[in-house]
Amino acid sequence: MKRIPDPFLPVLGVIGLVALWYFAVWIQIVDPVLLPSPTDTFRAMYKGMAGGALGFDFWMTVERTILATLIAAAIAIPLGIFLGASERLYRSVEFVIDFFRSTPASAMFPLFLVLFGVGNETKISVAAFGAALVILFNVAYGVMNARKTRLLAAKVMGASRLQVLTGVMLLESLPQTFIGLRNGVSLALVIVVVAEMFIGSTDGLGHRVFEAQQLFNMADMYAAIFAAGALGYGLNLLFLVGERYFVHWSGK
Amino acid sequence: MADGVLLMRKGMGDAPLGGPPAAAAVAPHVTIRGLTKRFGKLSIYDRFDLDIPRGKLVSVFGPNGCGKSTLINIIAGLIPPDAGEILFDSKPLRAIKFGYVFQNYREALFPWLRSVDNIEYPLKLTKLPKAERRARVEKLVAHLGVKIDLNRYPYEMSGGQQQLISIMRALVVEPEILFLDEPFSALDYEMTLFMREQLQRIFIETGTTTVLVSHDLEEAVYLADHILLLSRGPAQIADYVRFDAHRPRTDATLSEKDFVTIKAHCLEVFQREVRKG
Repeated sequence: MKRIPDPFLPVLGVIGLVALWYFAVWIQIVDPVLLPSPTDTFRAMYKGMAGGALGFDFWMTVERTILATLIAAAIAIPLGIFLGASERLYRSVEFVIDFFRSTPASAMFPLFLVLFGVGNETKISVAAFGAALVILFNVAYGVMNARKTRLLAAKVMGASRLQVLTGVMLLESLPQTFIGLRNGVSLALVIVVVAEMFIGSTDGLGHRVFEAQQLFNMADMYAAIFAAGALGYGLNLLFLVGERYFVHWSGK
Repeated sequence: MADGVLLMRKGMGDAPLGGPPAAAAVAPHVTIRGLTKRFGKLSIYDRFDLDIPRGKLVSVFGPNGCGKSTLINIIAGLIPPDAGEILFDSKPLRAIKFGYVFQNYREALFPWLRSVDNIEYPLKLTKLPKAERRARVEKLVAHLGVKIDLNRYPYEMSGGQQQLISIMRALVVEPEILFLDEPFSALDYEMTLFMREQLQRIFIETGTTTVLVSHDLEEAVYLADHILLLSRGPAQIADYVRFDAHRPRTDATLSEKDFVTIKAHCLEVFQREVRKG
């Protein structure tokens, strides 16, 4: 028997899962109302994405997640470099950062609702808040863990403090910055989807999942869940590819 | 300054390096006077004096922890001394051009820059235009006869090639003095032998005053015009030995009587210092 080529190995898990799903539907282990067949689900997903409500909600979530990540990055990257450049400065704010990084961002919703109302701003700002702390922490560590020899090498060649910062420290922190961005965008997506389930939401993947569940339209609900999964996976992949392109030296 | 009078081996045709009147032929390039450095309670240097002759290659050798690397780090301004004066032709460090090569080439090169841009980096700091920087690198490449593809990134190269890039980066500014801190100790033996030859070639070609910290006695003697043997802390000059074999030196040098005698003498001094510690 021929071995399956390595790149096709991940497909096996997918086939296995779908087969198991068909089997579960076939023996009716779960109420058919609660578990539609894969065919029904994928049909609902196709119809939803191709000009249906799901497609619209999908792009709303993409927009919010990307916007939240961009805002988070714009604030956290410069701040992280500033804090990381002085280890003593970072140590003095480390507890505050770690505390809020450990606080579930969902616990902040009511506060942000009061601040920004029930509109789009709340969803984006809570997600940006959560993502910013993750990015900030990674950037600061990236800067602090810059190879001392490399900084010394630049210094010994006559680089000024500013030249060391922009020409060496910034690039040294780039691999860790990308890790922060990747974690940040994942967290932003989680927060956005949860926020979209809140009262007052009229669109987004979270809203779609919630509404389909309320209407007992299980095929639509699963379709929305898979769309959210695909979005999360896709965003992660996007940042990985970006990292490989911009930080070609990472891990070498 | 008894310690400043450099102890030279008798009968080897040496002229003292340190004593001012006798060394009148060539003024020393670097003069170190009263260098003092402590790390916490540990005294590394206590009123240390040293002259480094011009256009020569000086190897620094001594027991572990005696402050070999600390010495060149202080001279090159990486570590501030507690006291003392270091002058290059009676000028301070900031007034001269110098090159420094780190032991850890992997962490000393910039992985985000191609090798050629790594070499150009110190020139870029001086705001030299791009075309001129390229010309300087090309001149250096031709001068040294380097045959590696400089458009590759450092991580695509062997350890020896990376260290060669580091050395070229140090040389591109046309330094008056070159410091090397155990430059070959992270390389395998084959590459070390190859790089020794490269360094010797570079030294013959440029005649730059060179200070080499080494933990390999054979290497220290083979490459050096003067071998500086240090004692344990606070470090003093245990001996400052001259080795005059003509260049280029080859494998045959290693079995010549002069080389063997000097290496044996250095080893004797070294072991005496180790036992004292």
